[in-house]
Amino acid sequence: MSAAATPLLAIRGLRAAYGKIEALKGVDLDIATGEIVALIGANGAGKSTLMMSIFGRPRARAGHILFGGRDITALPAHEVARLRIAQSPEGRRIFPRMSVAENLQMGADATPGSAAERAMSLERVLKLFPRLEERMAQRGGTLSGGEQQMLAIGRALMSRPRLLLLDEPSLGLAPLITRQIFAAIRALNREDGLTVLIVEQNANHALRLAHRGYVMVNGLITMSGGGMELLQRPEIRAAYLEGGRRA
Amino acid sequence: MDYFFQQLINGLVLGSIYGLIAIGYTMVYGIVGMINFAHGDIFMIGGFIALITFLILVSIGLTMVPVILLLVLLVAMAVTALYGWTVERIAYRPLRQSFRLAPMLSAIGMSFVLSNFAQVSQGARVKPVPPIITGGYTLHDSGNFAVQLSNVQIVVVATTIVLLAVFSYIVARTRFGRDMRACEQDQTMAALLGVDVDRTISMTFVIGAALAAVAGMMYLLYYGLVDFFMGFIAGIKAFTAAVLGGIGSLPGAMLGGLAIGLIETFWSAYFSVEYKDVAAFSILIVVLIFMPTGLLGRPEVEKV
Repeated sequence: MSAAATPLLAIRGLRAAYGKIEALKGVDLDIATGEIVALIGANGAGKSTLMMSIFGRPRARAGHILFGGRDITALPAHEVARLRIAQSPEGRRIFPRMSVAENLQMGADATPGSAAERAMSLERVLKLFPRLEERMAQRGGTLSGGEQQMLAIGRALMSRPRLLLLDEPSLGLAPLITRQIFAAIRALNREDGLTVLIVEQNANHALRLAHRGYVMVNGLITMSGGGMELLQRPEIRAAYLEGGRRA
Repeated sequence: MDYFFQQLINGLVLGSIYGLIAIGYTMVYGIVGMINFAHGDIFMIGGFIALITFLILVSIGLTMVPVILLLVLLVAMAVTALYGWTVERIAYRPLRQSFRLAPMLSAIGMSFVLSNFAQVSQGARVKPVPPIITGGYTLHDSGNFAVQLSNVQIVVVATTIVLLAVFSYIVARTRFGRDMRACEQDQTMAALLGVDVDRTISMTFVIGAALAAVAGMMYLLYYGLVDFFMGFIAGIKAFTAAVLGGIGSLPGAMLGGLAIGLIETFWSAYFSVEYKDVAAFSILIVVLIFMPTGLLGRPEVEKV
């Protein structure tokens, strides 16, 4: 990333709150085209809020969100989605009474695209997550956790996003499935040049995957740097990596 | 036996009308979680629009009955849909972020507004029309009782079947139907996928009102009259049908409508006309005791 280039996503001084509880207290964050950026932090630090606030939920009380240089701070969620920003949100939010195929179709419907382009996206998604192909006719609500995660990511990819937001893709999954999902994200970035913002509590995995990382504490970014660089820092190791092992 | 078949026919016709109204209740409940108490009055408005359109067409000298019926159907659906859209826009949407009961109270208010508006603008008296569709068939004549199937009954049931087929196709197969089901299941996620939730909700009201308009027109054809108060009882019956079938379920609404129509008709035929409403509501209570989510309803709790 050259310093002069306009970042794909630029968040400037973003403040947002749920009622009187301020969740984001002035956040700055940049993502350049083609990057994987990891946002790590403890439970309740405001990571998911940051991701949802890109879609205006909650709406920013101050600050700006720029996408490709355009101010999208005040856009309604559905218009943000049409700019090709896709999210695999917290809790996955699969439509439980729709088939896997329909869930994917919902993703494709988010942005305009020819039948051929849609077929290509579908092929790509099914190649990344072959498990979904066996489940196409099954209802989303009946899938296992790992399959739901794959579906949530697949649905986001169906809109052929310029920016993919992933909220805790490893949450509650077996290590093997987590590895598969992270491998898929890496492949998407290397082969398709997809730009990714990934929120994780699993700092080790996320920082290894990412080009750059941000650490969030109580609604503020407290540290940022290259993924591997952050991983080496003693305070990160203590707070997010070795805490469990020491006990 | 002949008497039984005659009641079966009558019950299915009445049930079709209830079912068409019930779909509007269940759709709106599915997507915004409120009971649209003004929906019965939307049905009544549909009946009036059909009557007015019919009178206009006849007065300009149109005589071909199929053409008249088709035009009346289209105009009634379009104008009543506009009513449905407007009611949602002015009475429900501003309250969507409010507490849960607020839009429901507003709906009760809208019910009064619509019925009083009809009373003031059209008068309080019952408005009869001469039979538009006449004739019919005698299916079986045993000498002392003849089973009749009138052409009106055929029109009512056929129209209902065609509309249900179109409607089911829209819900199951089209993009709009998918968006609607997405909003029903998770509005936030639907918005994240580019669905304009407000517009989808508006369209749900529009479709529900259009189907109620068809029911209003069928009622006019079948009973040959409309009045400003007819939305109340029909609305409550259709609401009962929606709950009986399982509120939120579209096939349930139709099934519930048929069930209420049949119960009412058979009770009137074999026991007493005075207690037909009691019979319908008693069955509702019994069903809800044993199946709290209705015949085709699903439990509220979802595995996530």
